[in-house]
Amino acid sequence: MRALNRKLFRDLWGLRAQAVAIALVIAGGVATWVISLSTIESLENSQRMFYQNYRFADVFASLERAPLVTVDRIREIPGVRAAEGRVRASATLTLQGFDEPVEALLTSIPEADDAMLNRLFLEAGRLPRAGDDSAVVVSESFAEAHRLNVGDGIDAIVRGQSSRLVISGIGLSPEFVYQIRPGSLFPDHKRYATIWMRQRPLAQAAGMEGAFNDIVLQLERNADAAAVVEALDGILERWGGTGAVLRDDQTSHSYLREEMEQLRAMARIVPLIFLGVAAFLLNIVIHRMVRMQRDQIAILKAFGYPNRTIATHFTGLVMLIVLLGIVPGLALGGWMGHGLANIYREFFRFPELFFRVGPPVIASAVLATAGAALAGTWRALWSAFRAAPAEAMRPEQPTGFRRSLVERVPLFRGLDQPTRMIVRSLERQPIKALLAVIGIALAVAILVTGRFQQDTIGFMLDVQFGFAAREDMTVTFIEPTGRDALHEIRALPGVIEAEPFRAVAVKLVHGHRSHRSAVQAYGRDATLHRALDRSLEPIEMPDSGLLLTDWLADQLAVEVGQSVTVEFLEGRRPRLEVPVDGVVREFVGASAYMGLDAVNRLLRESDSISGVYLTADPSERDRLLGELERRPRIATTSLLENAVAGFNRTMGENIRIFSLVNTLLAGVVAFGVIYNTARLALSERARELASLRVLGFRRGEVAWVLLGELALLTAAAIPLGLWLGYGFCSLIGRAMASEFYRIPTVIHADSYAFATVVVLAAMLVSMLAIGRRLYRLDLVEVLKTRE
Amino acid sequence: MNITHQKPPADDALPAIFRMRAVTKEYQVGDNVIRALRGIDLDLFAGELVVFLGASGSGKSTLLNILGGLDSATSGSVRYQELELCGADDATLTEYRRQHVGFVFQFYNLIPSLTARENVAIVTEIATDPMAPDDALALVDLGARADHFPGQLSGGEQQRVAIARAIAKQPAVLLCDEPTGALDSRTGIKVLKALEHANRALGTTTAVITHNEAIAAMADRVVRLSDGRISDISHNPGRADPETLHW
Ligand SMILES: Nc1ncnc2c1ncn2[C@@H]1O[C@H](COP(=O)(O)OP(=O)(O)O)[C@@H](O)[C@H]1O
Ligand SMILES: [Mg+2]
Repeated sequence: MRALNRKLFRDLWGLRAQAVAIALVIAGGVATWVISLSTIESLENSQRMFYQNYRFADVFASLERAPLVTVDRIREIPGVRAAEGRVRASATLTLQGFDEPVEALLTSIPEADDAMLNRLFLEAGRLPRAGDDSAVVVSESFAEAHRLNVGDGIDAIVRGQSSRLVISGIGLSPEFVYQIRPGSLFPDHKRYATIWMRQRPLAQAAGMEGAFNDIVLQLERNADAAAVVEALDGILERWGGTGAVLRDDQTSHSYLREEMEQLRAMARIVPLIFLGVAAFLLNIVIHRMVRMQRDQIAILKAFGYPNRTIATHFTGLVMLIVLLGIVPGLALGGWMGHGLANIYREFFRFPELFFRVGPPVIASAVLATAGAALAGTWRALWSAFRAAPAEAMRPEQPTGFRRSLVERVPLFRGLDQPTRMIVRSLERQPIKALLAVIGIALAVAILVTGRFQQDTIGFMLDVQFGFAAREDMTVTFIEPTGRDALHEIRALPGVIEAEPFRAVAVKLVHGHRSHRSAVQAYGRDATLHRALDRSLEPIEMPDSGLLLTDWLADQLAVEVGQSVTVEFLEGRRPRLEVPVDGVVREFVGASAYMGLDAVNRLLRESDSISGVYLTADPSERDRLLGELERRPRIATTSLLENAVAGFNRTMGENIRIFSLVNTLLAGVVAFGVIYNTARLALSERARELASLRVLGFRRGEVAWVLLGELALLTAAAIPLGLWLGYGFCSLIGRAMASEFYRIPTVIHADSYAFATVVVLAAMLVSMLAIGRRLYRLDLVEVLKTRE
Repeated sequence: MNITHQKPPADDALPAIFRMRAVTKEYQVGDNVIRALRGIDLDLFAGELVVFLGASGSGKSTLLNILGGLDSATSGSVRYQELELCGADDATLTEYRRQHVGFVFQFYNLIPSLTARENVAIVTEIATDPMAPDDALALVDLGARADHFPGQLSGGEQQRVAIARAIAKQPAVLLCDEPTGALDSRTGIKVLKALEHANRALGTTTAVITHNEAIAAMADRVVRLSDGRISDISHNPGRADPETLHW
């Protein structure tokens, strides 16, 4: 081996602890890079394949009821390639061994063959045989949640009529990649099912013979989508159409889109933090090394080694460290990526979600890492390249220490000499100290951010279920019904309280902005289900005005006191100007709110209600559920079972693994920064410290000079890091805000404490490692070497 | 101008391999110009051993660095055989050093992470006609210590490794800047013996900088510098054996 290469490896060996610390940080950056990019890629691929091969529709509309011939008219709209009318109905399922009602959305497929659009991918079994009225295909997630197999039976109640369904197939549809009950926080595959059955039996059960109440369209390649939507809305208006939407507003698709947006944001930010920290650490290490080896560089140049060779030599060292980080980083990224893909498989149902770390991702990770490393070290490398052989032979001048500003502070005079050394050293290299503080602070911030998800979801659930939605169950009627239904429910056994609500699909318009939403209307005296104001206090329903969710108010750019145009999409479809009386804070969904009486007044419907919220005596619950199922007017009954429990059961393990890895990575960053800072301080000041020892200072006193500086840096970094962490979380919350949910920046004191403790632990470990070296400091050796 | 310039003695038919004419070197330090060399005319001849004497700050190192192509003169001409060093670019100087010059410095400047043999090898690997690293170490009487790291060697031993490193590529000139400056006299003499031996055995033109008058006796010629100028050049009738020196 060439002597120069040997020097390279021995230098690396001398740096091993620092090199490993830096390599770990790099590994974190590479891993997060690989995870996010590969996951995006695999989601995009799976989505594209599924949408293409199973003909995901472009336009979606639902309506009250229209005769089937209307579909032909719709096909005539210019730009429409295909149109398929369907029957949709809600059902309540009862399963053996599961004593809660399950809400189901039934969708029809044509009498023969598969659907034209949103075709089914069959995981098992087959499509219902034509004429077999009880055969259905159930969604894979639901089948999995209840371990259902082909051939199993389910009891379904549609419009009060119970019937027995038999599973002929288990499948997936591009329309339901993400399956969530409208208004829920998480998918709940145990209590929400998607089911497909043949058109005729479903139409019969839903009272839709010869008619359809839902339609999907496929457009020509260069169709004017907005014009199609307008024409479609025009045709459906008299059939109770609630407004057509494009893919972007389709529930499953938009959840998927939001998720990929978040992943892209993660791909941009997180690896950047890791690689930035790695670049910084490499900077201080290599800079230091080049400075320490000035005379070696000079001697090599004096003997005729060209600048290029010298620069390549040090670049090689940097690249070796980079390599040391890339290899485990790729492995970690691949491993965690598979884990993440499994989480996604739980949420997003594709025929296949194939996670693969492709060569382009690897290449980009390698390039990004090498780039970051060179960006961090180019100045040091350049100075090695430039070092004049003669210049370097002169002993370095002692660094210029001056009396400085702090020394005028009276307090300074009270300090002992070692403490003065700390202060002067920090003052002399303020940039380095600042960067170290930022590095440690970033680690603190990563730790805080890692705990944010759990904290804020907990908070959202507490607010939602402890404060806003305090009912035990929600009963929804097939269509708006008179008040007598409320009295009927109130009289059922076990009902403690019951409150009516009305929900109407609307289009809200303000200026050139518009948004499709729903008006939720409650009684003025509602206590079970309430809207909350900005400070999360219950807010009373106004007499005649409208309350808007803050997100919706922002979207419409409307302020309290202004008014918006409300186009009701039901009943006699009035179009009215309504003043905005207030803003509602809501984490899930984005609705408008009105008083129940006001809505009925505007719709000229005397006292219609869409459903009832109720609380029930737990001991009577099963009997009550039985009673509710028997009522034909009731479409579904859903229990406000603690959604968290279900969520935690499926996701708990995965989330624990992820937050563990996250904590480890952040710990690595903290340790990397602190250890390197300390290690450098030790080598820079070994002479000074040895001199102090020679002068009779005790080990502890000498250690203070070094470790006191670390403690000071860490102490400065922690509050900065906590603040940064809060900032990151609120950025994430803002980036993730969508129609479906807004994430409040809620971080528990526990999480701040946790981040602080982890970083302090990293500091202690670094101090112990350095302390050990300090203890073994060979005085003679140190003083003998020239520096 | 009190340049006591001299022609080489007539009986000395050796050709000059270095010719310096009107060489000056100035350093700009802030607003001040430091004139380290103020007009040097000097020839060095093949195979001779020249000692440069002078007080600290008189310009010895500056002169040597210019001769060795580590630094460039501000004005004047420095020729190594046919090659003009003054104003040459970095690549030329690098190539010049690589092919022709060996250096020995006051502080040895060995690479701590390489053994004695490897410290020599790092130079022989890039030289055209080097001797084996072990032979070079044997020449300075350190054959037995080839596998030791610099940290395991005394100062004198380290300096001898540095000499081995400098002569291993069989350079045309050997430039030594205070090679004994960091050593006690007994160790210093060992180092000088190594230099003397290399000069005789290989015929390498050797320049030794020192501020130690006693060393002058081992030279063919003694060049005295003061304040950036040559103040005197003298010939020794015979070179003294380093063993006989003491200070
Ligand atoms: N890089 C430099 N910058 C400024 N002045 C220098 C530099 N190198 C040498 N000098 C000055 O040039 C003069 C000669 O220095 P030098 O050749 O090192 O002297 P010597 O080796 O004889 O002790 C001194 O005054 C010294 O301060
Ligand atoms: Mg000198």
